[in-house]
Amino acid sequence: MSTKGIGARLTRKEDGRYMRGRGNFVGDMAMSGLKEVAFLRSPVAHAKIEGIEIPDAIRARVFHNADMKGVRPMRPAASLPGFKQSDFPALAADKVRYVGEMIAACVADTRAEAEDLVEQIIVDFDELPVLANIVDAQKPGATLIHEEWGDNVFVVTSRDDDIDAVAKTAPVKVTRTYDMARQTMNPMEGAGCLAYWDERMGQLVLYSSTQAPHLIRTGLAEHLELEQRQVRVIAPDVGGGFGYKCIMQPEELAVAWLAIKLGHPVRWVQDRREHLVACANSRQHHYQVTAYADEKGRILATDVEVTVDVGAYSVWPFTAVLEASMAGGNLAGPYGLEVCRYKTFSVATNKPPFIPYRGVARAGVCFATELTVDAIAREIGREPHEVRFENLVTPDMMPYTNILNKHLDSGDYPECLRRAVDGIGLEAVRERQAKGEEDGRMVGVGIGMFTEQTAHGTSVFSGFGIPLIPGFEQAKCRVTPDGGLEIYIGVHSHGQGMETTMAQVANEILGIDPDLITVVHGDTGSSPYSTGSYASRAAVMAGGAISRTCKVLAERLGIIGAHLLQCGHHEVEVRDGKVVGPRGEVSIADVAKIWYLNPDQLPDDADPGGLEATGGYKPKVDTGSFTYSAHAAVVAVDVEIGAVELLDYVVVEDCGTMINPLVVEGQTFGGTAQGIGTGLYEESPYDDNGQPLASTFMDYIMPGATEVPDIRMVHMETPSPYTDHGIKGAGETAAIAPAAAIANAVNDALRGLGAEINETPMSPRRVLAALAGARKAAE
Amino acid sequence: MKAAKFDYERPADLDGALRLLGGGGDVYAKVLAGGQSLGPMLNLRLAQPGLLVDVTRIPELTRVEDDGEALVLGACVTHAMIEDGKVPDVTGGALPSVAGAIAYRGVRNRGTIGGSVAHADPAADWPTALSALGAEAVVRGPSGSRTVPVSEFIVGVFETVMGEDEILEAIRIPKLSADARWGYYKVCRKPGEFADAIGAVLVDAEHSVHRLVIGATNAAPVTIADAAEVLGGNGVPGASFDLDAARRLVDGADTNLDDMERHIHAVALKRAVEQVAK
Repeated sequence: MSTKGIGARLTRKEDGRYMRGRGNFVGDMAMSGLKEVAFLRSPVAHAKIEGIEIPDAIRARVFHNADMKGVRPMRPAASLPGFKQSDFPALAADKVRYVGEMIAACVADTRAEAEDLVEQIIVDFDELPVLANIVDAQKPGATLIHEEWGDNVFVVTSRDDDIDAVAKTAPVKVTRTYDMARQTMNPMEGAGCLAYWDERMGQLVLYSSTQAPHLIRTGLAEHLELEQRQVRVIAPDVGGGFGYKCIMQPEELAVAWLAIKLGHPVRWVQDRREHLVACANSRQHHYQVTAYADEKGRILATDVEVTVDVGAYSVWPFTAVLEASMAGGNLAGPYGLEVCRYKTFSVATNKPPFIPYRGVARAGVCFATELTVDAIAREIGREPHEVRFENLVTPDMMPYTNILNKHLDSGDYPECLRRAVDGIGLEAVRERQAKGEEDGRMVGVGIGMFTEQTAHGTSVFSGFGIPLIPGFEQAKCRVTPDGGLEIYIGVHSHGQGMETTMAQVANEILGIDPDLITVVHGDTGSSPYSTGSYASRAAVMAGGAISRTCKVLAERLGIIGAHLLQCGHHEVEVRDGKVVGPRGEVSIADVAKIWYLNPDQLPDDADPGGLEATGGYKPKVDTGSFTYSAHAAVVAVDVEIGAVELLDYVVVEDCGTMINPLVVEGQTFGGTAQGIGTGLYEESPYDDNGQPLASTFMDYIMPGATEVPDIRMVHMETPSPYTDHGIKGAGETAAIAPAAAIANAVNDALRGLGAEINETPMSPRRVLAALAGARKAAE
Repeated sequence: MKAAKFDYERPADLDGALRLLGGGGDVYAKVLAGGQSLGPMLNLRLAQPGLLVDVTRIPELTRVEDDGEALVLGACVTHAMIEDGKVPDVTGGALPSVAGAIAYRGVRNRGTIGGSVAHADPAADWPTALSALGAEAVVRGPSGSRTVPVSEFIVGVFETVMGEDEILEAIRIPKLSADARWGYYKVCRKPGEFADAIGAVLVDAEHSVHRLVIGATNAAPVTIADAAEVLGGNGVPGASFDLDAARRLVDGADTNLDDMERHIHAVALKRAVEQVAK
């Protein structure tokens, strides 16, 4: 078969322009009459706005909520019982609820001048008590962030298994509290958008650094009260998203409105400080876990309380419920858990709203569950991987629907773990530990495992009842008159290499060389509707849609080709870019030339639909295909200063059929690096006044080349039984497990000192505190 | 964030620069050298000077001289020039070693030794390292030059003894004797970040120098000039200097640090001393 189709290690078509600095990002665009926008953002976390004073000389270039009449606040619904909606206006109305919330938009020729305008605005705040954490927010009588609610809880979800019987008899009981720090996502390119009104088309055109142009179009139309056809959204090159760019951002709404209001193009480009202070918040979960197990470590029941610090508002369309409900739903992980009681709380605080981040909720769940597995192992004196073997779902159980209604489709979880244990060289690490280190550091090894539901579709999202539920995915494919191919898809690549991988899928069916294929995406004006690239869905969904559509084209090419080859069209086959018959072959280019330019040579039974088709697809089971993975880390802990160094790192992953292993490896490297950030470095702390303490990269530490070790990768490839070509999602997975694997390694290293660390990031201060706590406990 | 409006001048000589700094009336003028700290501060609008005086093209500030007893480095000599051995080393490797571990190469290419000292960020390397080496700051003002030990030049966080009409002209680094030993240990979250703690030590018995410096505190670097006794006199320096000894020194210094930070500083100091004891 094709050497450039599914499974080929093809270098990425898009890298040429990226590596040469020739990409076209929102910040690169030039347009006549373009003006720049800067936002006045709230310096206080919770306050009534008593007045806004704008000097007359600049009044015409400054806009605030009262100017935006007719623009609706974002108020996404969710169908979970008791869910409370929040009004999130693009520019704050009568109240601000977090530091960084936008109050006014200022327009000038340059960003610097727009910031000069910002400095001239005076806001009269009547400050309110600040709820800077989940504890204060849940206290009886606490200030209300949304007055009409009566409390500060967006929603509570629960599952009420009876665990009392198990609790009474279980020989092993382990109780722990876990905390994940608040993080921001930090794609290399921050957010940014440029909008203008196109008089000829009667259309608002918004260029935005987004993962989901169609979703933004729908959101803008609804909130600006335009017809959908009056909005076109184009995502140009996008420098990373990680989930931050799969929601409608208040800035997009404000910039779109400004463009209509002002009649000239306007642009906002987010700077890093805005990103760190006001945007892209995620990950801050708090867990209280009690696990019951037998003497071998087989988990009999878990009792979990999850509290997510979701910030002040629900984002559109995914709301504030996604995190906690996905946390609850993923508590079983790769294990055959039989009894689980949980309760989740989505708590409003005076912080920026939570946004789905690569591996939504699961980095926290994996951290809580995997550290608990290791705690059980230490309790009973077994190797942690042996305890995992006791609990893993095995291949003979597949497909397996677990107690939390996750339908695990395929895979060999124990084999994945075995390869991780072998890969990291567990025995050698144990020998090294016994010898000790010359420099006095303590070495430890740890494992983190998880499953990741990818490309979960209609049946899953309809359960949340949010404004926008993914359904069938379409692709439009067009053979060009010279035998090339154009693919139009509604998902967007924000760095995943889809211009390459999607071309490989088409190549697999038609054999057209990927160099002759153009993937057109990110433009609502040209592509079929799609809710976008998120939930590790693009490869599965768009890949499947392209595959189906190319098969339609193959059929049509075959009819014409058979006519030219003087044979029946059931006798021909389309492959290697040709229609091949029993006695000869004709190239797709020749067939295309006849369709477009010499229709006089067409057969009578040619399909009038021609060499362009739109096809759609949804996997036959749409609850998601489950990617799974085991990460193993070796660390050295300097117990004098609390520093943790990664000495070795192994990832064993199975994302089903790999369209392009190079791309899977790229995703895995990047995701692991991000997870290392979660585990060891990244943190957005807030003080009691709700002031963010990390507003630049001086204070917000990202892992860099010196912190990410040479990650060793082992692939497994179990095709999903439910998706075309057996593809599973791979985009998010690697970010999930590093914090858990590293924490387990650190705790393994500190075991002899009686210290244990159960929060992220494992900063020197936290490591030293854990050691001090252990010393104190020993006294 | 983009900088607020400012004027920009690039004088050709030191007198021109001094005139711009002194003659502004109510214009707040700021010296721009490598810009590696000032640049971000301008962009964040933490600094909003009316005038930037770019001193990087002033020949006097890039001079390198050996005056017999000391090496004199013009204030605009970059970290990279020191790292790469483009200037002589009179410190047994201390200067290039410290220079090579400042931030990232991009910063070292532009950042200057004088800028780092004049900026007086306690977490930067030069204030601590140069204090340990016994270096002096040569300051030029409208009424001439004066020389101040670096350890006295920095008086607090971002605070020096310089007046607004003065310029740091050069750093004078005394030559060490052949058997002098130095140690320098920096604790940071990752290579290239500003330090969380620095310990520095210089033992130059021939010149009767036994000096320790506690750096990257929340105050000016703390120089302990008479450390001969804690370092064990004239025996093997530092052989008996343990974590407790280091902690006592840190606890006794004006550092404005909490308990855990003082612990980390003590470790840094101990590890610096271990380097000279080896």
